[in-house]
Amino acid sequence: MMVEKTPKLDLFTYATLIIGIVIVGFPILYAIIAATLSLEDVSRVPMSMIPGDQLLNNVSEAWNRGDLGNQLVNSFIMASGITFGKIIVSLFGAFSIVYFDYRFRVVAFAAVFCTLMLPVEVRILPTYEMAANLFGPLQGVWDVLGLNSVVSWFAGHDIEVSLEFSLLDSYAGLILPLTASATCTFLFRQFFLTIPEELCEAAKMDGASPMTFFWKILLPLSKTNIAALVVIEFVYGWNQYLWPLLITTNPKMTTAVIGLQHLLPSPEDLPDWHIAMAGALIVMLPPVLVVLFMQRWFVKGLVEREK
Amino acid sequence: MLIKRSYFKTRSLPYLLILPQILITLTFFYWPAIRGVISSFQVSDPFGFRTKFVWFDNYIALFKDPLYLKSILTTLVFSGLVATVSIACGLFLASMANRVLKLTTLTRTLLIWPYAIAPAISGILWLFLLHPSYGVVAIGMENWFGIDWNPLLKSSNAMLMIVMASAWKNISYNFVFFLAGLQAIPRSLIEAAAIDGASPFRRFWTITFPLLSPTMFFVTVMTIIFSFFESFGIIHAVTQGGPGGSTNILVYKVYQDGFIGLNLGSSSAQSVVLMGLIILITVLQFKYVERKVQYTG
Repeated sequence: MMVEKTPKLDLFTYATLIIGIVIVGFPILYAIIAATLSLEDVSRVPMSMIPGDQLLNNVSEAWNRGDLGNQLVNSFIMASGITFGKIIVSLFGAFSIVYFDYRFRVVAFAAVFCTLMLPVEVRILPTYEMAANLFGPLQGVWDVLGLNSVVSWFAGHDIEVSLEFSLLDSYAGLILPLTASATCTFLFRQFFLTIPEELCEAAKMDGASPMTFFWKILLPLSKTNIAALVVIEFVYGWNQYLWPLLITTNPKMTTAVIGLQHLLPSPEDLPDWHIAMAGALIVMLPPVLVVLFMQRWFVKGLVEREK
Repeated sequence: MLIKRSYFKTRSLPYLLILPQILITLTFFYWPAIRGVISSFQVSDPFGFRTKFVWFDNYIALFKDPLYLKSILTTLVFSGLVATVSIACGLFLASMANRVLKLTTLTRTLLIWPYAIAPAISGILWLFLLHPSYGVVAIGMENWFGIDWNPLLKSSNAMLMIVMASAWKNISYNFVFFLAGLQAIPRSLIEAAAIDGASPFRRFWTITFPLLSPTMFFVTVMTIIFSFFESFGIIHAVTQGGPGGSTNILVYKVYQDGFIGLNLGSSSAQSVVLMGLIILITVLQFKYVERKVQYTG
């Protein structure tokens, strides 16, 4: 315990902490209150700070008007897909890089690592083009080689071969491009490097295959790291904005975070802020719950990432 | 590069294990990045029928475009303000929370959850708070200070609104890191200074703050990356770059010019500029981390 007593400073500490917590919490508190009011109360100036009794009505109105049920399912599939995909891909990748010696090991690691410098925001259009037609590059090769004419000659009449496979408006399109992660691979690599050498030696001595070692020893040891990443990546996946915005045009495939915009009252409409806030609360609830209930792992994972 | 002393000698398995990651990386990261760089040297008609190689014309046009220069300035002001507000508040709250040892976890729980909220939703919450006709903050400012607050029409107000929405979301992230950094500082150091009669304030500036510099650096980099890129959701949901381009930060302009305006050459050149920027930040970050390792070990 500290050697000195500083009652004034302690008082100041508690006071500022409480003020800080209130200020940080205020936007949410305000949204919660607004979500319980009727249209009449929410548009009163200034809005009443006493909660009303319209919460359930507003929630169901937001749910129906914003097609939230459908969008929440999309968000959930996307977030879990990204989480699961990222962790599996990174676990295998890190296992390959740390526990095997092969020619392209360093190249592979560098290639994965450099994706840190290519967030989706700096390659918006070409990534979209790629997702719009996964076979685009193949088609390019096809055209350059003039294979169309070869095929036409072979078939004896004109044939236009076009290779197309689109990821637009699909779950695969929402998930796949976001499953490669330098940070996750890096984290697992760092962790694997701290695992005692004896474990692998013992496993080899007992005649375990690499995959047996992976499933029976490495995976159980990685449990806390995986738990931490599940929290971080679920929040990351749920809150994605730019990529789902690009890749979905069909309203049925939109995610909840993007769909929420349609609940915002425009200047010509009624000021339905109570509905908008009810919608915002529904959409933010899943990641907030995950973070609050898994706070310990979440903080551990966040701070580990720095190293 | 590091490898285990005892490793497996299976031939094809390691390739198979890394294959998914390499495939995704090549398809969705490298190929698009290369395509982006190539099309930044080209101009094409809006229908994409013809393309012409024009060397650096797109870049020259870009840096002569007053709108682009304005966007650079907007981005700098925006990320500067977000970094200042969120780092100052995060550090302040963390050092306060670090003083109340028994309640640290509780404080953390009460401060952590804005991290979980999507930037776009944070934007929507602040739009409501600051809305000229319905927002409580806006009405308060009007009634008590006589400020005619309108983020929907006034440039500076709009900027402040997106700064608040981004900084608010980032405070909790920065708080978590500062708190972890503060808790890693040996208590004996602080106590020794206390015995020597250094005041709590002095101890903070001469001991805690310098020891916190690696965390400070990391948090600054992350906040800048956030405000450059992830704030896209806030801008798109709340201001759409307006009013009058006053919140049109670089990443939003790439989207607007390329995806909405279909000006592929210019948009690609803007992407490449951003790419260069993030490469620079990453390299700096790792240089610094390396130095830190040398100093401590």
